[in-house]
Amino acid sequence: MLVQRPKLTFWERLYLPQVLQGLWQTLSHIPRKKFTRQYPEEKPPLYGKYRGAPELVRDPDGRVKCVACQLCEFVCPPKAIRVVPGFRKEGASDASVEKEPSDFIINMNRCIFCGFCEEVCPEEAIFLLRDFSVSGYSREEMQFHKDKLLELGGVREDKIQKWKNK
Amino acid sequence: MADNTVNLTIDDKAVVAPKGMNLIEAAKLVGIEIPHYCYHPKLCIAGNCRMCLVDVGMPKLGADRKPEIGSDGKMVVMFGPKLVIGCNTTVADGMVVLTKSPKVVKAREGVMEFLLINHPLDCPICDQAGECRLQEFSVDYGKAESRFVEEKVHKPKKTALNAKITLDDERCILCSRCIRFMRDVAGQDCLGFIQRGSHSTLTCYLGNEPKTNYDLNIVDICPVGALTSNDFRFQQRVWFLKQTKSICPNCATGCNTVIWSREDVVYRQTPRDNNDVNQCWMCDYGRINYKFINDPHRLTTPSVKSATLGQRVNLTWPEAIRQVVDKLRAAKRDSLAVIGSARATTEELYLLKKFSPSFAAYIPRVGTGDNFLLNTDRNPNAAGAMLTGFSSDYSVIADGIADGKIKTLIVLGEDAIVPELLAKLELLIVLDILPGKTTEAAHYILPGVTFAEKSGTFINAKNRIQRLNPAIPPLVGTKPEHLILSALLAELGGKRYATIQEVFADMTRDVPALAGLNLSKIGDSGVEVKS
Ligand code: SF4
Ligand code: SF4
Ligand code: SF4
Ligand code: SF4
Ligand code: FES
Repeated sequence: MLVQRPKLTFWERLYLPQVLQGLWQTLSHIPRKKFTRQYPEEKPPLYGKYRGAPELVRDPDGRVKCVACQLCEFVCPPKAIRVVPGFRKEGASDASVEKEPSDFIINMNRCIFCGFCEEVCPEEAIFLLRDFSVSGYSREEMQFHKDKLLELGGVREDKIQKWKNK
Repeated sequence: MADNTVNLTIDDKAVVAPKGMNLIEAAKLVGIEIPHYCYHPKLCIAGNCRMCLVDVGMPKLGADRKPEIGSDGKMVVMFGPKLVIGCNTTVADGMVVLTKSPKVVKAREGVMEFLLINHPLDCPICDQAGECRLQEFSVDYGKAESRFVEEKVHKPKKTALNAKITLDDERCILCSRCIRFMRDVAGQDCLGFIQRGSHSTLTCYLGNEPKTNYDLNIVDICPVGALTSNDFRFQQRVWFLKQTKSICPNCATGCNTVIWSREDVVYRQTPRDNNDVNQCWMCDYGRINYKFINDPHRLTTPSVKSATLGQRVNLTWPEAIRQVVDKLRAAKRDSLAVIGSARATTEELYLLKKFSPSFAAYIPRVGTGDNFLLNTDRNPNAAGAMLTGFSSDYSVIADGIADGKIKTLIVLGEDAIVPELLAKLELLIVLDILPGKTTEAAHYILPGVTFAEKSGTFINAKNRIQRLNPAIPPLVGTKPEHLILSALLAELGGKRYATIQEVFADMTRDVPALAGLNLSKIGDSGVEVKS
């Protein structure tokens, strides 16, 4: 295909007026209000429904809420979750729940923060909380295991404690 | 029209069904599913779940005994005042069945509501989830919210029915399938209900827990998650598992099975319907005996016992094949013997036999059998071994080694010759999956794969040839035996087989009993071979 080179007018061919116009734009911004944020020292404000990294939560009694149903693993579009199912400890106060993940791995390199895992979870055990800058020096470091996820997630205050009276 | 069939209409579809068939099966013939819980095609009819209720009518007959035609030009049908259960209603000529009429749907919704009243909704921790009939029919006929406001009835949970099975009574929908199976099929009348109404509880008679070799079948037929297998408990969700049709390699019955695997791991085996072999059952011994597939001790690299170094040295596959071929070329053909396992496929045995015209034997393997499925012959493919020219008398080979007639031995997956004799051999080549006495003595180890990783056929005790399919890829470093053997044969001047089909095609030419067969003709349910 032949592209026609546009014909420049005399004014355009002068070149200098355009340069000056650009320079004026720049100069006119100098006295205005600054928008730049000094990240990471200065964190951006997060709004109420902000969805950051998915993390596991405990119930007010400190019990791991996740029961390793593996629905989040199934629904996760980029297959970032890997659940290793296991048993609750015999004789523990939450033994009636029977099942618990022996490991729970989220590959934060893969996670796209879509929130499907939170939506599908029948136990309300996984939430997209407010951590948005997950980073690490290696791929291995970006595999968040159960302990780390629980530590990040913390305790969730909620009223329904479905397994309490089982 | 043969007189052992009847004509009826199910949901406007004309059905020709054999006399005596029930409505659930007749509907299945035209692809209509009548939901049911307690009915099982291989058990007697209990008729207690009421899920299979359908509307049944007969044409109204006029004074001339001919069906009356209504003003709309259609036959007038007289429906019964009440719905009937499809599992215990047999087909009749002219019968009209409605499986989706508003009345039927209402009835099913009612049954579902009652079943769910006291159901614990353990789905997140229940192994049955994903293959649960209660879940499936809840989607079709359940309500999103329960109208039940009282406290649910609580029953024993997480109880050990026996060492193999966990019983959760809250999940039980009291269909009695397990009771009927244990009593009528497994032959141990041990399960029953105690209490009444919504307190009814499945339990076993005190001290009489299921003790047969078929107990785990009740886990399969339980429509809900009340009975779960301890072996599979909390291992993996069923929706992640790939199903591969296979054959149980643990006895000469050759039960048809499904291997459930995810990625490289096999999680369970379940029986697959085949009325000519195992109906829809399998024995627990065979079902549980699959752990060797993912055994951490599997052999994963070819190796040679180095005389100079006095230890085993790992080899790459091309190097191993080259060295073995060189050694085999130097060996005298009439002093070469092969021992093939009757747990190997017919194709592998056929290729193995080509190495030795004179000495070929398999090792018989006998255990106690029963008169249901488990065979006394614990080899899955003894018939295949015999057809491909292996004899069961392996003492000939032992004697041959002892008096020096046999100097070279190729062993495929057996560990039967004593180390003292093996030490006398000049060359011992072993194809196996796990280390043992024979691999220890071997000059060359060529690691093979398990039945779940390869294609091939087994011929069972009733001369039925059945097909294995690979469920998982071969373990890294191993190779399917038919490929190892054909690589060796090709280097020794034989034909190079790229696929199992090519091996099978040659085998049908050499083994008259298999003439005219191919792997697709064998299909999923196998065919009988001429013996
Ligand atoms: S937020 Fe989305 S991508 Fe991330 S783990 Fe959950 S389901 Fe997967
Ligand atoms: S986080 Fe929720 S959805 Fe994921 S396995 Fe645990 S209980 Fe199931
Ligand atoms: S039996 Fe079925 S419905 Fe009941 S808890 Fe198990 S999966 Fe859920
Ligand atoms: S345990 Fe399962 S098979 Fe047995 S009665 Fe209950 S629901 Fe039916
Ligand atoms: S299947 Fe007919 S009553 Fe249960």
